[in-house]
Amino acid sequence: MLRQIHSLPGLIAALLVVMLSVTGAVLSLDPILERAGATLPKAGQISVAALAEAVAAKHGGVDRIVKRASGSVIVYYFDGDRAGVDLVEPVTGLTIGAYEPSSFVQFVTNLHRSFLMGDAGRAAAGIGALVMVVLAITGATILATRLGGWTAILRPIRGTASQRLHAELGRFAVLGLVLSALTGCYLSLATFGLVPDGTIARISVPSAVNGGPRAPVGRLAVLKAVDLTDLRELTFPNAGDLTDVYVLTTARGVGHVDAATGEMLAYQPHSLSRRVYETIYMLHTGQGLWPLGLILGLAALSVPLLSAFGALIWWNRRSALPRIQKNVGAQSADTIILVGSEGNSTWDFAVTLHDALTKAGHRVYTAPMNRVASAYARAARILILTATYGDGAAPASANQFFSRLDAVQKPLPVAVLGFGDRSFPRFCRFADDVAGALRAKGWPVLLELEHIDRQSAQDFVRWGKNLGGAIGVELTLTHIATRPKTVALQLIERVDYGAEVQAPTAVLRFAAPNADHRAGVWRRLRTPRLPGFEAGDLVGILSPGSDLPRYYSLASASSDGVLEICVRKQPGGLCSSFLHELEPGSRIEAFIRKNPVFRPTRGKAPLILIGTGTGIGPLAGFIRHNAGRRRVYLYWGGRDPASDFLYESEMAKYLADQRLTALNTAFSRVPGGGYVQDRIVSDAIELRCLIQRGAQVLVCGGRDMARDVARALDTIIRPMGIDIQVLKSGGRYIEDVY
Amino acid sequence: MRKMKRLAVSLGLAAVIAVPAIAETKTVTLSTTLKSYDGNGAYLAIYLTDAQGKFHSTLRVLGRKAKYHSHLRDWSRGNAFEKRKIDGITGASVGSGQSLKVSVDVADALIDAGYQIRIDSSVENGRDNPADVVVPLTSANASKPTSGKGYVKSFTFDM
Repeated sequence: MLRQIHSLPGLIAALLVVMLSVTGAVLSLDPILERAGATLPKAGQISVAALAEAVAAKHGGVDRIVKRASGSVIVYYFDGDRAGVDLVEPVTGLTIGAYEPSSFVQFVTNLHRSFLMGDAGRAAAGIGALVMVVLAITGATILATRLGGWTAILRPIRGTASQRLHAELGRFAVLGLVLSALTGCYLSLATFGLVPDGTIARISVPSAVNGGPRAPVGRLAVLKAVDLTDLRELTFPNAGDLTDVYVLTTARGVGHVDAATGEMLAYQPHSLSRRVYETIYMLHTGQGLWPLGLILGLAALSVPLLSAFGALIWWNRRSALPRIQKNVGAQSADTIILVGSEGNSTWDFAVTLHDALTKAGHRVYTAPMNRVASAYARAARILILTATYGDGAAPASANQFFSRLDAVQKPLPVAVLGFGDRSFPRFCRFADDVAGALRAKGWPVLLELEHIDRQSAQDFVRWGKNLGGAIGVELTLTHIATRPKTVALQLIERVDYGAEVQAPTAVLRFAAPNADHRAGVWRRLRTPRLPGFEAGDLVGILSPGSDLPRYYSLASASSDGVLEICVRKQPGGLCSSFLHELEPGSRIEAFIRKNPVFRPTRGKAPLILIGTGTGIGPLAGFIRHNAGRRRVYLYWGGRDPASDFLYESEMAKYLADQRLTALNTAFSRVPGGGYVQDRIVSDAIELRCLIQRGAQVLVCGGRDMARDVARALDTIIRPMGIDIQVLKSGGRYIEDVY
Repeated sequence: MRKMKRLAVSLGLAAVIAVPAIAETKTVTLSTTLKSYDGNGAYLAIYLTDAQGKFHSTLRVLGRKAKYHSHLRDWSRGNAFEKRKIDGITGASVGSGQSLKVSVDVADALIDAGYQIRIDSSVENGRDNPADVVVPLTSANASKPTSGKGYVKSFTFDM
């Protein structure tokens, strides 16, 4: 719901908001430019009377002296019939030059507050400010929910590049944008008179004007008592009308000063609403507060980018929306599939399940969990597939599920399948809650609750077999997450390891077909290119005759010009055997699956990389791309340094050029050898030190190794008063296990 | 009724036209052309004063936002007693270089009787020009352009 509130007005009002923010950013430079040109007198240095006298001595008819928020002093005058406006030196009253407000600034100001369309444009600008408030607040709330609460708002953000940039920019700018937008709303309301701005339209006309000959302005007592720093504006009396008075506006109020006696005839202090208005005006424009102006301008500059990335995210999500074929009516279906999904990836699994059940002769109805009906006329079972949002909350399409569940009249046999990511602390928490609630209500269990870790197609196949067994059909769930178009890749190089220790492993490097990766830029641009990916992403490879892709972690980024993977030949493994038989020149069909979770955080904090066997692949990729030379510690385990020391020569090179700080290896099949967790235990003190300094831990390899490593590291950091869960929830301990 | 009385007293001579039913009026066409300047539309007040510059009555106000009317200084000061009496005679502000022609009814008694037409002008972030234009309301001055010292380039009244 929050997301709809965020994205709908965002899309509709994007142009409006971008226009407001770009013009606002331009205007934010005005206060500092103006301030740079002004000299400020110290308090007590010169009185209004002294300045007025100096100015009056130079011009025949001074009309008005204005001190702007920046501190510049401007004099409006008539010399005979010639009207003039001068910028003057505040202390001496000497003319600096003619005052010419920039017509560009005026133009941008009008664009900013009315789009050059009068009152209709002013109303639009006000609505734009309101939209901005809604966007900033909903955006921040969504981010906080996703990261696990307001206290976690500064945690590293995960997601695709556009999601990350959108969230990071938003987090950077949100306070500035809220301030600009709220004050903008207020100014808009004040413009339309809907809130008072406290303008003193008329001060009561003085009754007892002396009317005698005018005293020199420099001798007027009231003006002598007012310091220039307090002045806003001094209006001189009409030369031809002896009953006219000086009108003095200061920071505190407006007064009429008798031109003959110099006495204050009438005075009206600024009302509270005036002071509120002036403060808000200053906060919005930065006039008189230029550093704030610059900050707000910088925040405003993020809005065009936020809009662009936001639109991209929206478009990606929309184009990923499932298209369900043969979705029968809710009341005629025998099987109901309910989906709880935030991003849409769970929908893909639901569609696969829907198709397979339909093929098996069932009448299937698939809907979001929020649309659970109070009764299904013919249904024999309900299958619930749900993800978890943030720290255990319901995903978007399931956030009203519990309140609707109470209305369901007849319990049906139900199977719950949770989707999640084991590296999050509350893995599949919402699925657990749903299963628990249904059990408490006495719903029969069709299949025990199960979890799918990181969209594992293999886990899903296994669950499908169990489901098929439970309802008496053969069910093959060949799930490919919205199977992307595959691209052809050509093997250009392979390096083999480990045959002697019964762990045949190959580092395979692929390139786009026929692309000579040593060719010049121009030829490379014209030949087919690799899809975009980074080290740590996954490549899905379809071996000939198989529809079920196998995923391998990428050891290179597309900027390296090659796609590199590290593959161990599994006994009986279809895909790994296929890959191990490839010769340079052979081709494969592959697609990229982004894995933005498994990636080093940006910054200078040290990295601790831990892996065994082929798990070194993505870790080697991270090291290769350590251009900033942050400190990187690699712990890696193999069998025998003489046979399966993967990337041995590369690691030597990385150590030499300091992309790698320290390499700790453990080999299990040599005398005195051991396992990688042994190296971790023996380096306990140094590791503790690194974690103290904010190090991030990335683990890649088999599930058993990951468990042992986590246990070892947990023991090491316990004395620091933290555990692995704390690191995990802070995004500082990330596993990629298989 | 009391208000009426106070008005009549304070305006003195104006009592003559306070009963418009008997007063003979003449239609006067006011043509104003502004100079070219940088800035938003100018606010103008066109009004009558006596020979000493004392406010008599408002002919026309251009610029609708009342909170800016205090920048039309002489008019605003003189006009202090007749708040909210300008509703029917207010139009939109006038842009740089633009011309404006309006017709108003003026009592015959005020013509060739020492009264003046005055214009105050003001532009946002620009200047306030009290008495931008001052021209005596006489038959001899009719149809003769007068130049202003502020934003008004020329002003002519025809009757």
